[in-house]
Formats: sequence, C-alpha cells, structure tokens
Amino acid sequence: MFYREAGDFKTTYAKDQQIFPIALDRWAFRLLLAFAFLVVPFIINDYWEKSVLLPFLVWSMAALGLNILTGYCGQLSLGSGGFMAVGAYASFKLSAAFPELNLFIVIVLAGGITALVGIFFGVPSLRIKGFYLAVATLASQFFLIWLFNKVPWFYNDSATGMIFISQRDFFGIQITGAGAQPWATYLFSLSVVTIFAFMAKNLTRGRIGRSWMAIRDMDIAAEIIGVPPLMTKLTAFAVSSFYIGISGALMFLIYLGSIEPTEAFGIDKSFLVLFMIIIGGLGSILGSFLGAAFMVLVPVLLKNIMVGALGWPADLAAHIELLLIGALIMIFLVLEPHGLAQIWRITKEKLRLWPFPH
Amino acid sequence: MSIGLLNVIEIILNGLMTGVMYSLVALGFVLIFKASGIFNYAQGVMALFAALTLVGFQTGQIPFSHLINAMFGTNVHNWGPGLPAVLAIILTIGVMIGFAWLFERLVLKHMVNQEPIILFMTTIGLAYFMEGFGDLMWGADIKALDLGIPSGGSFWFEDITKTWAAAGSDYWGMYIDVLDVWAAGIAVVMVLALTLFSQYTRIGRALRAVADDHQAAMTVGISLRTIWVIVWSIAGVVALVAGIMWGSKSGVQFSLSLIALKALPVLILGGFTSIPGAIIGGMIIGVGEKLFEYSIGPLIGGATENWFAYVLALAFLLFRPQGLFGEKIIERV
Repeated sequence: MFYREAGDFKTTYAKDQQIFPIALDRWAFRLLLAFAFLVVPFIINDYWEKSVLLPFLVWSMAALGLNILTGYCGQLSLGSGGFMAVGAYASFKLSAAFPELNLFIVIVLAGGITALVGIFFGVPSLRIKGFYLAVATLASQFFLIWLFNKVPWFYNDSATGMIFISQRDFFGIQITGAGAQPWATYLFSLSVVTIFAFMAKNLTRGRIGRSWMAIRDMDIAAEIIGVPPLMTKLTAFAVSSFYIGISGALMFLIYLGSIEPTEAFGIDKSFLVLFMIIIGGLGSILGSFLGAAFMVLVPVLLKNIMVGALGWPADLAAHIELLLIGALIMIFLVLEPHGLAQIWRITKEKLRLWPFPH
Repeated sequence: MSIGLLNVIEIILNGLMTGVMYSLVALGFVLIFKASGIFNYAQGVMALFAALTLVGFQTGQIPFSHLINAMFGTNVHNWGPGLPAVLAIILTIGVMIGFAWLFERLVLKHMVNQEPIILFMTTIGLAYFMEGFGDLMWGADIKALDLGIPSGGSFWFEDITKTWAAAGSDYWGMYIDVLDVWAAGIAVVMVLALTLFSQYTRIGRALRAVADDHQAAMTVGISLRTIWVIVWSIAGVVALVAGIMWGSKSGVQFSLSLIALKALPVLILGGFTSIPGAIIGGMIIGVGEKLFEYSIGPLIGGATENWFAYVLALAFLLFRPQGLFGEKIIERV
C-alpha cells in the first residue's frame, strides 16, 4: 500500500520529528526540490524567469512572512508593502556603502534592519487588537513610503527618486543588474527562499511557533498559562518583518533592479500579500507558496488569454482581469475559506484511507 | 485680528469640511459593521460605482459599450441625450439595492459564522470586482458629475472675513467652497435621518437588535438575511451620496475609491460602532491633518496628509483601544 504511515517504523527521535511523516511525501518533496534545483535552471528562459518564477519566489517569501504574523500569531497587518520597501532600501544602502560585501549577507542584514523596524511598529499591537490593529498598521505602510519618497538620504540623492542596483557578483557569477543570466538569478532566489522556508517551518513547529499559535487562539488564556504576550507578539513581528524585508530586498536586487517606492510597494501590494495567505491558507507554510503561485499565475494566464489569444485592447483586458480576480477571490472564500492548504490536507486524508471510504 | 490667526481659522474651517466629507464614507462602514460585524473595505469602491452609474444614466451611456465594441467590432456609445438628474438618482438607488440583494444571495449567505478576517477579505474581493465591473460597464475615463449643486468659492464669505483683518493689511478673505458647505449640510441631514430611522421605525429597531446580538435577534423572529440586504442597501445609498459629493468635487475617477483609505483612520478614531463617532472622528482627522500640513509639513517635505491621519488615529488608540465612541471591549476567557 502506498501513502501510509503504517510500516514506516520510526526508530529514532529525529525520525519521529521529521517534517514529512509519510515516506511518499518525503520522496515527492525531494524530487520536487531536485527538479527545481537541477532541472529548471537548464530549461529556464527570460520570459519564465521575469514573469513567473522570480515573482513567485519573491512573493512566496513575503507571504511566508505575513503568514507568520497573521496566520500563526493572529495579528492582522496591512503594512507588508511598507516593510518590503524597508528591505529594499536597506539592501540598496548596504550594497552602495559596502560594494565588496557578499550579497547573501546584504540580504540577511536588510532583513535584520526590517525586523527592527517591524518591532517598532509592532509595539502598538500590545494594546490594540483585531481590525483596529490592521488599520493602525496602515500607518506604517503610508509613513514608510512617504519617508522613502521624501528623504533624499534613502535614495542617495538620485535625480528621479528611484533606486538602482549596479551589476554585482555572487562568488564570481553575476546575479544583479542588466545582463544577469536567468538561471543565476533564479538559483540564487530559490536558494534563499528554500533556506528560509525550512527555517520558518521549523520555527513554527517549535516552542516559539506554539506560543504564537496560543496567542492567536486566545491571547488572554495564553497569558494566563504563562505565554508572555510582549515577547511573543514582538518576536512574531520581528520574524515576520525579517522575512518580508528579505523579500523586498530580493525584489529590488534580483527581480526588478530599479524601484520607485509608491509604485512597487503601494497599499495594493499589502493587499496582494494578504490575498496570497488567505487563498493559500492561514497558518500554513505550504499555503504561503500555493497562494503566491495562485496570485502570480492567474493574472499572467488571464492576460495571455485575453490580450494574446482574443486580441482585446489592453485596458479592457485590465478591467476584466480586475473583475475576474475579485470574483475568483469571492468564489474561493465561499467554497473553501481555509484556502488551498486545506484542500491539500483533505486530499491527504482521503489518500491515506484510499481505497476505503472510511 | 492678525493674518496668521485668520489663516489658522480658515484652515480649521476647511479641515472641518473635509472631515465631514471623510465621514460620509465612514458612515457606510459603521452601518455595515454594526449590523453584521463585517469590515466593509468595498465602501469606497461602492461610492465610485454609484457615481459612475449615476453619470452613466445622466449622460445616456450604453453600458459595456467598450466590451461590445471590442467583441463585435461595432462603434456604439450613447443611446440618447440622457435622463434628468432625479430619475438618474432613483435608478442608481435601484441599482445599488439590486447589487446589495445579489451580493447577499450569492456571497454573504454562504459566509455566516466565518471568521472576521475571511469576511474582510471577501469585501476586498468585492472591491476588486466592483472596480473592474464599474470600469467595464461605464469606461475608465474621468467624468464630470453635475447635479446642479453650487460649487466654487463663496464671495459673500470672503467679503465678510476681509473686514476682520486690521485695516490696510493685505488680506483677501477666507476661501470656503460652497460645495463643502452643502456636503456638510447633507451629512448632518443624513446622520439625523439615520438616527431617526433606527430609533423610530420597525426596521430600525430590528437593525439595532441585530447589531446587539445576532442570535437573540433571530430567536425573536428577525430575518437576518433581510436585515443584511437592507443594511447593504442603505450603505449603498450612503455610498451614492458620498460618490455624488466627491464626484462633484473632483470628478468621477478611479481615485475616488481611495477615499476609503482616508475613511479608515476616521473609523478607528471614532470607533467602529458609533455613528456620531464617524462624524466627530472625521472632523478631528480633517482639522488635524490640515493643521499639521500647515504648521509642520513645510519643515519635513510636505505631503504629510497621506500618513498623518493614521498616526493621529494611532495615538488616540493607544489611550482608547476601542476608539473615542466605540463600545467598550470586554474580553472573557
């Protein structure tokens, strides 16, 4: 029989605690990773890199971050766009100030700076809850974007107010700026996302993740049984902002190369990330990826069909796209409010029992 | 009086007017939140949609003409000279009620007992949908909305205030847009009407019962679904009024839907559940952001209106987490 826990004996504690308890899952995941790392770089081309794979990776990272805060810790935030901007501008300032610094370190440091900003804006969450908090996080969104538009220090006095990345190498391979090979940028982003996705998965399975979930499910009860709300909420804000900052840095350094803050990190981007985690599934690492894939792929698909196949004018297609995405979101929430991850969970349950109905 | 003081008074007056305009949008939020616990992000887009529909009826546009032209290669735009304003308004109210009914039928009824965040996301989905639908139906170009509401500066007020300044000083009087005064008057009338409606009519009592406790309201025989349709219809009418006011002021265009974002700080400042809170919150925000832009804005680069409202609301929230007039939040384990 396939897809069963039965017969897969766990003889060590490490085996007992592995992420995928079912052997078939484990192998499928390894195959997927191998395909992403070993096959895709050879068949990737410019179109797939720029309009599908890089956006998917960048937005998955952002969705991971927001899912930690909203899905695991229950603090609704609409400030993701602002935090992504912090990551992007931190990576810009760091890479401009230290031209020799390894880009991976730049990205991690940018994440760290975003985490500090996130902690600062997370402090009101100790007093404000629910939608009041959501609207309060909009303060960070608008304030940060305004700051990056108005203070010349952040964009090194560039005349247009935009920031640019020059051509930079990572261990001798060019990954930023014009002329970077698709496979190089893809592999770099994929590695970053894979590393941090594993970290997120393990964080959420451990003590910190459980305390986040306790706060989410009922903060007063959690406080009574000894979960410190201050530390828990602030760590959630810190870790979440760290991830969102890294996604912003990736977006700037690898994906776009030049950024104008109002355009790239506006309020609609905060909503986009929120859509991803709702459609993917709140409180699920897999869900973050599924949601990001959905929200990146559907617009590309719609555009290809309407402009490419039917030959309609682009502005008309944009309206219909907006309409269809709105309708899809509503249909989705009516049919499965817990998101794609829930569908996957149900499928797994069914597979375990197959071919028996009960 | 010195010119500086007069300037401050002018700014406060204008801030109050702008604040009332924000409140018009915030009112719709409060109505829906009270009756169904849904945080309706789509309120701003509803205002845009209502205004688009009104202009469409008034000027006699053919709906979906852009789509029809693209599909069949025709070139149709208008079916006639358009309808008189009153008829167009009545038809638009009809459309908004129809929309509320459809939304309840197709979406809302399936969402009973979902978590607030899911409902919130549904309304964002609705916002996207309506924005796309409105653009598709009536086109995305900027339209002028003219219902005959007077607008422009008031010379009468300018002349009076000119005499307040010391004789011989170079003061030109205060600028007050007549449209803003109208908007303020209409907002006051609307709040009064809504209050009277919810206090003295049968449906109003049912609305308040649902707002207090869904289950208790259902046990005494109030149909939750009917109430929802009514509430969303009223919110649609409020959106129409907001759309008319903002549309007359700045033209009917996409950015109209963004006033929802200005209404959010008004809401959290006044409290999600209080109708007077929406008005007073709007005034505080309006005056606050104008004064801040006038006094501190030039020092730090201007355009502070985007975020100052939120920071002000946040500062209030730190002292009163439920907003100024919101119901006290009681938490139990």
